[in-house]
Amino acid sequence: MKIHVTDRAGVTHDLDAVEGWRVMEIIREHGLPIKAECGGACSCATCHVYVDEAWLPKLHDKRDDEEDMLDEAFEIEDNSRLSCQIIMDESLDGLAVTLAPGIEPN
Amino acid sequence: MAELNVAPDGSGPHKTDVIIIGAGPVGLFAVFELGLLDLKAHLIDILDRPGGQCAELYPEKPIYDIPGLPVVSGQELTDDLLKQIEPFGATYHFSQMAEQLSRTDGGLWRVTTNYDTVIEAPVVVIAAGGGSFVPKKPPIPGIEEYEDKSVFYSIRHRGQFAGKKILVAGGGDSALDWTINLQPIADSMALVHHRDGFRAAPASVNEMKTLVESEAMDLHIAKIKKLNGENGQLTSVTVEHKELGTYDIDCDVLLPFYGLTMKLGPIANFGLNLKENLIPVDTEKFETSEPSIFAIGDINSYPGKLKLILSGFHEGALMSQAAKRIVHPDQKVIFQYTTSSSSLQKKLGVK
Repeated sequence: MKIHVTDRAGVTHDLDAVEGWRVMEIIREHGLPIKAECGGACSCATCHVYVDEAWLPKLHDKRDDEEDMLDEAFEIEDNSRLSCQIIMDESLDGLAVTLAPGIEPN
Repeated sequence: MAELNVAPDGSGPHKTDVIIIGAGPVGLFAVFELGLLDLKAHLIDILDRPGGQCAELYPEKPIYDIPGLPVVSGQELTDDLLKQIEPFGATYHFSQMAEQLSRTDGGLWRVTTNYDTVIEAPVVVIAAGGGSFVPKKPPIPGIEEYEDKSVFYSIRHRGQFAGKKILVAGGGDSALDWTINLQPIADSMALVHHRDGFRAAPASVNEMKTLVESEAMDLHIAKIKKLNGENGQLTSVTVEHKELGTYDIDCDVLLPFYGLTMKLGPIANFGLNLKENLIPVDTEKFETSEPSIFAIGDINSYPGKLKLILSGFHEGALMSQAAKRIVHPDQKVIFQYTTSSSSLQKKLGVK
């Protein structure tokens, strides 16, 4: 299983994905610049990504707490998601996301 | 909740045994372990209340890996820790950041905060977690030029905004509370938020909407695109609305409220060895590269480190033994259990 993550410089990284992991955890484990400071509790908005339009219908809808927490992210678009709220499974093999601005670690 | 002994800003020099930087769960439990060894502590925290990440990031979220507590929320754990350390009478310095570390002529450490509180002690314990909680800064090009001149991320003196054209950004409690609070003294007030939904308390949202209906303020469901002005003075902010397109909102002050994020801050300048924004320590005493300065909890690093609250508790217990030997070098430390030691039970006020 793979996910494709485009960083702020526009470089796309093909990352090995693990079933059951949060997409945030996969990105962080590979050392890409994602702060994810609350560790996956949907409490900080520092794992904000843009999901490739083609993949949006395959994702579960945002829960209210994700929608609310996105208020603390920057440059929100219709395809904005918190990557800690997307759990990897086979149906997401090939998922493509782009890191949003303002989530880089210090 | 236990009544806390909170010192006023700018007070001191206070003298104590141990200065703890960070009043999260690990800093709070260190008060307990130090207290059993008769060491007094002062705690400094950037937040306006104890609990650290437990209070700020996940007060309502369940924690499942605290030994003996099958499930506890961040706020409950904080409240229970405060109850547990109540007998030891720590002093708290909230809403300020430990900014400077120096040596006194008498060989003590002196910590000075950004509000000029001064505390002196033979031992410093850094329990600062992921760093200080500071406001998130929107990545708008050129915003730095306006910061502290016409863009402010926090408000200490409400009066400075009297008669201003104010634009508040955000949808949480801080954004809504300040909109309502500043509207009466502002020349004009507007709120900009990316969606027509607010996570702030419903009562505040209703109050804001009433102000909008009575034309006392404007609400823009739009995204900030650009800041306009010169020499740090804003004149307007360009926003983009889904249907209306791009337009300018006149303002001389922008107040963005997008929550808080953690930054290491001035601790980086304390002269300690750092490794990737963490403080390396030994695993016997959790002492830093500087003798008598310790680091416990998420901020430290050592082989095998796990960023768990329970690890921080363990580190605090071992650190306290070492701190005792520094503060009272002439006293013999006897290892005792709270279950059986009448002297420990006396300190805890249960006997």
